[in-house]
Amino acid sequence: MSNQSSVERSTAPASPLLSVKQLRVDLPVAKGTLHAVRGIDFHVERGEMLCLVGESGCGKSMTSLALMGLLPRKAQINADCLNFDGVDLLTVSEHERSNLRGARMAMIFQEPMTALNPAYTLGNQLCEALRRHQLVSRKAAHDRALYLLKRVGISAAEERMRQYPHQLSGGLRQRVMIAMALMCEPDLIIADEPTTALDVTIQAQILHLLRDLQQEFGTAVIFITHDLGVVARIADRVAVMYAGEVIETASAQALFHAPSHPYTQGLLRCIPTPSKTLPGSRLQAIPGVVPSLVDKVEGCAFCNRCDHADERCYSTPPLQTVADRHLSRCHFAHQLANPATINAQEVTL
Amino acid sequence: MWAFVFKRTLIALSVALTISVLCFSLLQLSGDLALSIGGPEATAEQVEQIRTDYGLDRPVIQQFTSWLWGAVQLDFGRSYYYQSDVMDLVVERLPVTMTLGVMSLAIALFVSIPLGVVAALKRGSWIDRMAMAIAVTGQAMPNFWFGLTLIILFAVKLQWFPAAGSDSWQGFVLPAIALGYYATPAMMRLTRSGMLEVLEADYIRTARAKGLRTGTVIFKHALRNAVIPVVALAAVELGFMLGGSVVIETVFSLRGLGQLAWNAISRNDYPVVQAIVLIIALFYIVLTLLADILNAVLDPRLRAR
Amino acid sequence: MANILSPQVAAEQPLAATWQSRLFRSTLNNRSLTIGLLIITSLGVVALLAPWLAPHDPYLQNTANRMVPPFWHDTGSWTHPLGTDRLGRDYLSRLIYGTRISLFIGIVVALISGLIGTTLGVLAGYFGGRVDAVVSYLLTTRLAMPVVLVALAMASLIGGSMLTVTLLLGLLLWDRFAVVARSATQQLRDAEYIQAAQALGCPLHYILLREVLPNIAGALIVVATLEVANAILLEATLSFLGMGVQPPSPSWGLMIAEGKAYMFFQPWVITIPGSALFVLVLAINLLGDGLRDLSAPGGRNE
Repeated sequence: MSNQSSVERSTAPASPLLSVKQLRVDLPVAKGTLHAVRGIDFHVERGEMLCLVGESGCGKSMTSLALMGLLPRKAQINADCLNFDGVDLLTVSEHERSNLRGARMAMIFQEPMTALNPAYTLGNQLCEALRRHQLVSRKAAHDRALYLLKRVGISAAEERMRQYPHQLSGGLRQRVMIAMALMCEPDLIIADEPTTALDVTIQAQILHLLRDLQQEFGTAVIFITHDLGVVARIADRVAVMYAGEVIETASAQALFHAPSHPYTQGLLRCIPTPSKTLPGSRLQAIPGVVPSLVDKVEGCAFCNRCDHADERCYSTPPLQTVADRHLSRCHFAHQLANPATINAQEVTL
Repeated sequence: MWAFVFKRTLIALSVALTISVLCFSLLQLSGDLALSIGGPEATAEQVEQIRTDYGLDRPVIQQFTSWLWGAVQLDFGRSYYYQSDVMDLVVERLPVTMTLGVMSLAIALFVSIPLGVVAALKRGSWIDRMAMAIAVTGQAMPNFWFGLTLIILFAVKLQWFPAAGSDSWQGFVLPAIALGYYATPAMMRLTRSGMLEVLEADYIRTARAKGLRTGTVIFKHALRNAVIPVVALAAVELGFMLGGSVVIETVFSLRGLGQLAWNAISRNDYPVVQAIVLIIALFYIVLTLLADILNAVLDPRLRAR
Repeated sequence: MANILSPQVAAEQPLAATWQSRLFRSTLNNRSLTIGLLIITSLGVVALLAPWLAPHDPYLQNTANRMVPPFWHDTGSWTHPLGTDRLGRDYLSRLIYGTRISLFIGIVVALISGLIGTTLGVLAGYFGGRVDAVVSYLLTTRLAMPVVLVALAMASLIGGSMLTVTLLLGLLLWDRFAVVARSATQQLRDAEYIQAAQALGCPLHYILLREVLPNIAGALIVVATLEVANAILLEATLSFLGMGVQPPSPSWGLMIAEGKAYMFFQPWVITIPGSALFVLVLAINLLGDGLRDLSAPGGRNE
């Protein structure tokens, strides 16, 4: 499997590692169907860090589970294209899918406290993926785990290997999760809010670590977060999600300098900046609530909260190219793109 | 860990002491013992004689301490009816009851855990519904009646197993089924709900995200955690089974502790009754203690305490 | 998986007209609850109307008419639809009167043990600390006592009768009530309305009876159904072993004991009362399961 794909990798270097076109995920709920993901497009280049940003409930976690093939059984998934390095993830058999999982695409979850099995040692849990996917000796797997534990900054790694998850702090567990994801040298790591459950100081360390490792190993990362501050620190490119759609994609630079979707602009305005935000002043917020995704959403999903909305917004806006590799799903994208309203230096802290 | 074991042992010992007090006072509450031992035909002199023979003329406290001192040394006095040492009777009968208990537990585990796992994996399927039906009917069936029905079906009609007797292992099959069936529903439900809960856990998603085979995910990652409370329950159920052996051993005429207890009860042979109640209670106490310790061994999180 | 449902979606649940109609509808939707309730109601009616429903006097012996088989046998007759026992008493009539014994003992035992267990459990859960330690100790001790054996021994000491059995079981079966009441009260203890009542200076009995008890009643009712079933089974067991309800009372357990000698040739003598026990206990368990689903919809996996 891995041999075959490395051949493909060398023959088609130009094609993206992962390309997603019109991905839809529907979940049956009590009152009908929840359209959790409503036709999203994005791609991930080899070795790049793509941030998927959005508030909770916007479908970003569903997207990541869909990519991994870990959606709940009752969920319905369809897409025009869901291609991972030449493998069509829509038609791949469950067996081949599980050969990919852990080996070529790995995942880091939000809750380090519960993501590890309490009944087994860290060494056991680290080694099992490698032993599953590659013919390696127990010793070789152990050495690899030990190396990665040291690499993610865990001291006394030999001792830690024999410990159980409850003996570690949340930050350490997340480091273990990262080491676990790297065990088989995957091409893609999906990190679903890996720092949300951690203390702020630990958050920064984990972010640094992820960024370093990503560059060192050349792994592509889809980093899912709701925190624009995090995005500013690590992203190469950003895809902003709202109500089950990707509403804007751009390089991190372009997104912070020239956001062209009212929602992105609103999000950026919500970030308090030390020099600009007066002490005691009210934080900015986007008024209104996200529309229910249970029924069909007509037109622009953001129009009920948007200052710019007019009758055009009752029709679904097309994806518009604002600049090179900068797309926005808004009727007013071109008008909004020009005035740079946000001072990027302040946002990146 | 050791502090935990020590504390639990201390509680277990004091519970055992309380029960021995209860066992003893049970006897005192029953009225004039000498009269009941002598029976309705005994003359006043005979009753007096019995009273001095059995030491019933001593103060209650003295009677209790001497009884307890004996009990600690596994000397429960003499049986009124069998005219032999109570401990000898117990030792003679214990293997039968233990065999029955262990076999029943084995049957219960063998049925309930696989059924619970499959029911959880195929939630809502016919097999799940069948498992739930077994659970509901199992809890509703009086076990003595179930035992009698088994005798009629498998001993009389089909003649697969003997209806009574503890001479060969075949004699234990029907009573073990009757006794084990009663413990199955609770263990099956616990396995099922435990599996359902564990399968939703984050670490199962992690295991799947690693691309592990379904079998590895279910047996290594899920069952291992789901089965921990079932093990504890199994120990407790074994204790209940020993108590329930009275009924089943009577139905199947097994010469075990339960039948001895029933015979002793119907003949007012109180030293034997006391001894058996205390012994079964002690078994239960030891089993729950073991269950707690076993839990701690199986669950690394508890081990740390 | 993040919270996919926006708060709005949750708020859009339709509001049922009244709680009565909602209760009625969910009762009907709950099959085990409906079946259980139906069987128990009909058996309750049978117990109440026993003198009118029974075709014969359940105590009337007729040695000329011993061991008549039920109607489905070739030699059976409709005079005695379920046959007669070894003393020539009509089996159907005895079965009908037996319903009274089982239901009475089941309900009264659950009431007595419920009172004891709930009191202990609520006190332990509410006060915690030393009170909890004492109650837990009592509970551990009680659980270590083999119920059947102790009940048998006590019944033989006092003399078996319906009253003895009821009191004995009532004093023995409080454990599950105590466990459930204790943990439910522990969860409530820090609830804001309890703290509010404490802050207002409400007397203790008011807090326990008016604030705590109604909120743990749902869980206790489920336990009560289980204990009714348990008590009925134990009564039958004790009577079967000859230490429970005494002859000539038509207890179902006793009927099985009396029929035991004939069961190899006339299996119906134990099949009929056994099935009656089974159906009654099954119905009560179904009711209990249904009530549990009703009180915790979706919460419980069982």
